[in-house]
Amino acid sequence: MENTMIKRKAARIAFIRSNTFQRLLLIAVLILLYAFFCAASPAFRRYTTLAYICNNMYYTLLLAIGVTFPIITGGTDLSMGTGLICYSLIGSYLMRMCGWPLWGAILATVLMGAAMGTVNGFGVAKLNIPPFIMTLGSMMFCRGMGSILTGGMSGTWPNYLEPGAGFRKIFRLVITADSGQRIPIPLGMVWMVLLAVIMTAVLNHTRTGRYIIGIGSGREALKLSGVNVVKWNMIAYIICGLFTGLAAVAYAGTFSNITPGEGAGFELNAIGAAIIGGTSMTGGSGSVFGAFLGVLLISLLQVGLPFIGLNANWQLLVTGCILMGAVTIDRLRKP
Amino acid sequence: MEDVILTMKGIDKTFPGVHALNHVDFDVRRGEVHALMGENGAGKSTLMKVLTGICAKDSGEIVFEGRTVEFRSPGEAQEAGIVIVHQELNMIGHLTVAQNIFIGREPKRGLFIDDARMNKEAAKLFAQLRIDIDPKETMSNLTVAKQQMCEIAKAISHDAKVIIFDEPTAALTENEIEQLFAIIQDLRAKGYGIVYISHRMDEIKRITDRVTVMRDGQYIGTLITAECTKEDIISMMVGRVIYEDPKTENRCPPGAPVVLKVEHLNAGRLVRDVSFELHQGEILGFAGLVGAGRTETARALFGADPRDSGDIYIDGKKAEIHSPRDAVKAGIGYLSEDRKRFGAVLQKSVAENTTLASLQKFMKGIFIDKRREAGTAAEHVKALKTKTPDVEQPVKNLSGGNQQKVIIAKWLVSDARIMIFDEPTRGIDVGAKQEIYELMAKLAETGKSIIMISSELAEILRLSDRIIVMCEGRITGEMDIADATQEKIMAAATREIDQQRQAGAKEGSRP
Repeated sequence: MENTMIKRKAARIAFIRSNTFQRLLLIAVLILLYAFFCAASPAFRRYTTLAYICNNMYYTLLLAIGVTFPIITGGTDLSMGTGLICYSLIGSYLMRMCGWPLWGAILATVLMGAAMGTVNGFGVAKLNIPPFIMTLGSMMFCRGMGSILTGGMSGTWPNYLEPGAGFRKIFRLVITADSGQRIPIPLGMVWMVLLAVIMTAVLNHTRTGRYIIGIGSGREALKLSGVNVVKWNMIAYIICGLFTGLAAVAYAGTFSNITPGEGAGFELNAIGAAIIGGTSMTGGSGSVFGAFLGVLLISLLQVGLPFIGLNANWQLLVTGCILMGAVTIDRLRKP
Repeated sequence: MEDVILTMKGIDKTFPGVHALNHVDFDVRRGEVHALMGENGAGKSTLMKVLTGICAKDSGEIVFEGRTVEFRSPGEAQEAGIVIVHQELNMIGHLTVAQNIFIGREPKRGLFIDDARMNKEAAKLFAQLRIDIDPKETMSNLTVAKQQMCEIAKAISHDAKVIIFDEPTAALTENEIEQLFAIIQDLRAKGYGIVYISHRMDEIKRITDRVTVMRDGQYIGTLITAECTKEDIISMMVGRVIYEDPKTENRCPPGAPVVLKVEHLNAGRLVRDVSFELHQGEILGFAGLVGAGRTETARALFGADPRDSGDIYIDGKKAEIHSPRDAVKAGIGYLSEDRKRFGAVLQKSVAENTTLASLQKFMKGIFIDKRREAGTAAEHVKALKTKTPDVEQPVKNLSGGNQQKVIIAKWLVSDARIMIFDEPTRGIDVGAKQEIYELMAKLAETGKSIIMISSELAEILRLSDRIIVMCEGRITGEMDIADATQEKIMAAATREIDQQRQAGAKEGSRP
């Protein structure tokens, strides 16, 4: 009798401490928040607003999925934001000034991300440079590099009126209904969900994921089990770099105009989203799906708050509170 | 009536899913050393945590110096005069000895810390304890033993009345243990109440006055040390009698092939010209004092630390081992003395830890075949009798002995033929120890070759077929189990430094 009660209590506590609980909590908050904005503003209720929210968050989503991997190893990547701008600037430069085809520019943009990730990974895993310092360095490097190579000029990627307009449609398809009404379809969301599913599988069902999680929770034990810890730690940063490259493409595809000097802070949104989604900043556990939900939350606030008359500063403030709240709840759940 | 200074009565504590303390009674008298014994998980640590305010009790009463007390933090307990000297020392490495002792209550002169007075006070404490430590020395320059003495000095400076020692000798050499015991005797004579937690039966017999045994969170009983035998205590701890009989003959068949040959291995200061052979199915014991270079030898052999020189042959062929990865590929498995850090990934499941060294065998294309992984883990849980509710359980929830079994399973799954056990039963309770011993003997019987590093002579004598003794980085003795005695091993382990100096000088003169 007493035993079953203890067991039931233990099971309840185990559930509260499980990541599933955090995820459910987050989903509940998302739904409540969406409902709140809908109730508060008729304009928010429109389908186009929803499409707009989706369209605005692709690059943050990709960054958040990517950065989840270094964070799980106990590291971080601060170079994502300025890197994103740097790669897409150079991509546009290659296309506009060097006559590269669109696909070549896209490929180059993605590969630049992967290359930067490799450099970060080498510094962190092989040379044992603290991740914060290493990626702070590459963050500054990227910020300077993009502007230098393009001479400080803005870059542009094809918009709807140019040849190559199909590029934008990868993310945002606009169809014209019989009534003549133009309906935007956030097609990018499909790719995002697909990538999230793939990376969830990588994290939970492949050796790469198993070892990356292992590095975050028991690096020495892993090493003494004969695992090449340096290699897998590096791979975490390469994955992150690759996703930064993809995010650069998504950014180019959604916004077309790239301004040098922007981008600083994108990485913080992504890191914040990953943390809100339950990835542990000290490493050892994390979830791609959680990061996805974290970005949804941040984007919902970003778009929703202006509808109830609060500006972008409020969005930052509220996101900050939610981030602190999330880690506080996390701490309280796991004493 | 004896002078009781501290009484704990009917202490009850429940953690989720565990009844950690079930109406436990415990008392300490002035001027006695009271041993607290029990297997790991018996509730000793929890009881001490309740006492020192680290965790709150559910019910029961603590009476200290005639008053009912309830400490809400270790600080409060310390203030009242109950101090714990932890197994892991809590010193700040880059501060001086005196600064550590007076941390948080530094004497001031105006706005500034009065270092001179601090050093003088610390020197006075050391004089009182008859310890020779310079208060101005940086803490990290001291040996573990000296750091521990600083902890004791700190406890006394807090005007402690009860001092709790939590496995104080775990990291000490024989000599240092003697010194510690002298200090403890001294403290007892001065009227301190001392609680002594240890797994080492010899120590308990030597320096304690009473022994209280706990089992599964319950108070089993208290004995007068002088009136009981080791067997009495052990049988109370495990509820059955265990005899630790030494092995008398080499069970490794004569003519068994040499699977591992190490020649002139040198690595750093603590591995100097180490050469030995390991036969198939043999348990080769590495005896010696703490700091003799045994772990360092194992790590250099395993590729975990760099080697300066020396060759390793496996099955007669020269092996290139430069990383643990190479060693694992060559069929060597290493079970570290520090399981928490080097042995298992604690937060991860039994299944994941079981396949950690051979995950490539569990792949189905690019994905991990989790069903097969769980199946293999479950097989080994069954075969090794690992106590775990299921294979999804995080390893940190298992007891020390069962964690060790998971690590053994890891090397079995990776087909390691040579297994290096570094202090295989450190921090493992008596009952589980027995099981680990039986397991190791069985592994040797099935043809695994085992190197066992152990600081417990009883363990060395119980399991080894052959014994190698190391001292200060060198092999100073090698004997068959049939000829081995405790005296011979201890003699080799403390072989005179002079001899070695000479050998070292000769070596140094070589180009």
